[in-house]
Amino acid sequence: MADVELKTAPADFRFPTTNQTRHCFTRYVEFHKCVNAKGEESDDCMKFAKYYRSLCPGEWVEKWNEQRENGTFPGPL
Amino acid sequence: MFNLFPLFSANTAIFNDAPQPWQLGFQDGASPTQEGITELHDSIFFYLVVICFGVLWVLSSVIVNFNSNKSQLVYKYANHGTLIELIWTITPALVLIAIAFPSFKLLYLMDEVISPSMTVKVAGHQWYWSYEYSDFINEDGESIEFDSYMVPETDLENGQLRLLDVDNRVVVPIDTHIRFIVTGADVIHDFAVPSLGLKIDAVPGRLNQTSVLIEREGVFYGQCSEICGVYHGFMPIAIEAVTPEKYLAWIDSQA
Repeated sequence: MADVELKTAPADFRFPTTNQTRHCFTRYVEFHKCVNAKGEESDDCMKFAKYYRSLCPGEWVEKWNEQRENGTFPGPL
Repeated sequence: MFNLFPLFSANTAIFNDAPQPWQLGFQDGASPTQEGITELHDSIFFYLVVICFGVLWVLSSVIVNFNSNKSQLVYKYANHGTLIELIWTITPALVLIAIAFPSFKLLYLMDEVISPSMTVKVAGHQWYWSYEYSDFINEDGESIEFDSYMVPETDLENGQLRLLDVDNRVVVPIDTHIRFIVTGADVIHDFAVPSLGLKIDAVPGRLNQTSVLIEREGVFYGQCSEICGVYHGFMPIAIEAVTPEKYLAWIDSQA
């Protein structure tokens, strides 16, 4: 048990303030940009996946996934 | 405010982590933030008492010595008194500077960016809190999620606190930098836990981040602090801080 290391999305200097809404959104967009560029199973993209999953509420992620499927996602994918 | 040491054991302290009837002071701090807040409060309180005494002294002196029964002499044409005006301008300025130093020190200390080890997402609903631990997912790809409702008064067991105890507590490890990401699902709520110095609005469409480092084991209670409807007073928060080993065991049991 002593060698278990807890890790989460690190503090991002681009988002130093209390409001982390943009941080979560940016990580989500970065993941999907990475997937579009490198493919679904790429390991590099898993890092972004973990970050957005740690930061973004599940409801928001589901809503954005739906929007992406509908083509109405308001982000620069 | 006071640690109560039971007579039979000098090593057991009972900490005040929940509101007490007729309580005057803060709950006992369990995080560096709350200890800083308490210390700042105590140092400002010193100046407050000094000023209070000063003002009451002057006021009572004037009332006692210069009431109409005592003295008919009134200085009708007193327009200025340079020395006293200097004194009562410079002294408050000095007091304010003395208060500002520890205040800004604490403010900037609280603002320090420390990379957290774990993230807990909190969502305020009408009228309960829901929590998500998404740093790790189980084999089905799901993170740990649960709702936390207040225990109704009729269901309280012996020893449980009315209006404070919940069915599912937020379990977190001590001595770990924890990031809370707080949002609202419907209306604005506020996630507040006084013992940990936490108070942050839960706003729909916004993710507010706050950090905490819990220094000791225990259960820390708080209540929603932004009016959110009829049951605003009935959606408490209970954070259970345990050793990292117990935390990992709890995670295993939830996944």
